[in-house]
Amino acid sequence: MLKLFEKIGIAVKEWATVSIGFMRLFADACYWIVFGPSRQKPVKRAPLFEQMVFMGTKSIVIVFFVCFFTGIVLAMQSAYQLEKMGGLIYVASLVSIAICRELGPVLTALVLAGRIGAAITAEIGSMKVNEQIEALETMGINPVRFLVAPKVLALFLMLPCLTVVGDLAGIFGGYLVGVGDLKINSYLYMQVAFKFLSLKDIYTGLSKAFVFSLIISLVGTYQGLNTKGGAVGVGRATTISVVTSFIMIIIADCLITGIYYYWNV
Amino acid sequence: MNEEYPIAISVQNLTKSFNRRTILEEVNLDIRRGEIFVIMGGSGCGKSTLLRLMTGAIKPDIGKVEFNNQDLTMLSEVELEKVKRRFGMSFQSAALLDFMSVEDNVSLPLREHTRLGKKIIDIIVRMKLGLVGMQGFEKMMPNELSGGMRKRVGLARAIAMDPEVVFYDEPSAGLDPIACAVVDQLIVDLSKKLLLTSVVVTHNMDSVFRIADRIGMLYRGRLLEVGTPEQIKNSSNPVVQQFIQGKLSGPIDIRAHEDMAS
Repeated sequence: MLKLFEKIGIAVKEWATVSIGFMRLFADACYWIVFGPSRQKPVKRAPLFEQMVFMGTKSIVIVFFVCFFTGIVLAMQSAYQLEKMGGLIYVASLVSIAICRELGPVLTALVLAGRIGAAITAEIGSMKVNEQIEALETMGINPVRFLVAPKVLALFLMLPCLTVVGDLAGIFGGYLVGVGDLKINSYLYMQVAFKFLSLKDIYTGLSKAFVFSLIISLVGTYQGLNTKGGAVGVGRATTISVVTSFIMIIIADCLITGIYYYWNV
Repeated sequence: MNEEYPIAISVQNLTKSFNRRTILEEVNLDIRRGEIFVIMGGSGCGKSTLLRLMTGAIKPDIGKVEFNNQDLTMLSEVELEKVKRRFGMSFQSAALLDFMSVEDNVSLPLREHTRLGKKIIDIIVRMKLGLVGMQGFEKMMPNELSGGMRKRVGLARAIAMDPEVVFYDEPSAGLDPIACAVVDQLIVDLSKKLLLTSVVVTHNMDSVFRIADRIGMLYRGRLLEVGTPEQIKNSSNPVVQQFIQGKLSGPIDIRAHEDMAS
């Protein structure tokens, strides 16, 4: 019995340590992004743009394909049901709303968590085990300002942009099915698709993207900075980073959707 | 030789433990300005911990570390960061940032801590690389260099800000005898030319006697003996004798030694 309590105690303590560390990293990164310029140490433009290209531009293709095919599948699946009720035309609005509110932001974030979250953890993790982080600290260079802040800011700016790309790709996928297979008039499809799509649907999705971007970059950098134990440690940290990001994205998605649903913001 | 020089680093009554295991116990040590002080000892005896305590990277449980009569353990983070700029550190694995070229690595502390223009920084970088014999390699990436070359670039980065003290963590680890001799010569040269205080942690006996002005032998977390190379060579302490001669039989427990090493 005592052993059980001991185990629970250790688990709670570990969880608390991780949570505090994570929140502190979040606060530190925000501090350097916001107050860095006034302390003569702004986030440098070159690494920021480099990260934006790596995270944003180079992810466009994969985000496009994932959302495009999801749009197609969504249109076909909903057509299967709506046809029975004679509401085939509503495939258009169903696809556009489902993609913009939910699937666009979530799928884009999950793709990026795999592509970028893993890369961030592996990069910072191997720097950690090769003493490079310690070298930065010895030189009096804050690793959060130097390594974490540009990544957090870059993904914060790029994930919403990628989400817009994903939204458009999904709607386009649905459009191809609607017009090509279901023989809905092209003009009518567009009319219905956008008539029911309110501004709120768009910003619901985009607000999710901002939160997801913070989850991916902070989980990635946190796991990287806390890597221990050589190459095996880097592998382990990368796995934990991706899994944690996935779970946190889904939980955050649920919470944000709940907030919009119940408070009717 | 340096008796008349003031004390640069003073370690007083230093004790540090990790997870209830005591790594260092009541270590007292004075390092004078301009000397090359070598800390030697077996694997896991606390050498690297002592080095990290001296650089202010970690804080001791008890005791203090003074740099120019300033207690590092009492400084705030901002003050400590300022003091750290007067330190240079050469790492065991060189620890160059592998996404940056040689030139960017060496210029990093200058770009971060000074407002010098690009042209002046370029000149300083070339000069520092010249000092370590690496001029002409500015545009190369760290993964294109050999281990010895990386160490030398790491050294150029360590002296980029004209530090007062340079700490070397295992400078000869993983190098062939020639590259090792080159790095040793470099440590002596830099120390004499730039009047640097050097603190070297190593267990390579050839290096120790080649470069040291004074040597401190660390054993099981305690500073066993401090003296000039001659004094250490003629030490009557059986532990010191076993260590410098690399003998299997003696007071050092081989099994415990291997346990610590693993």
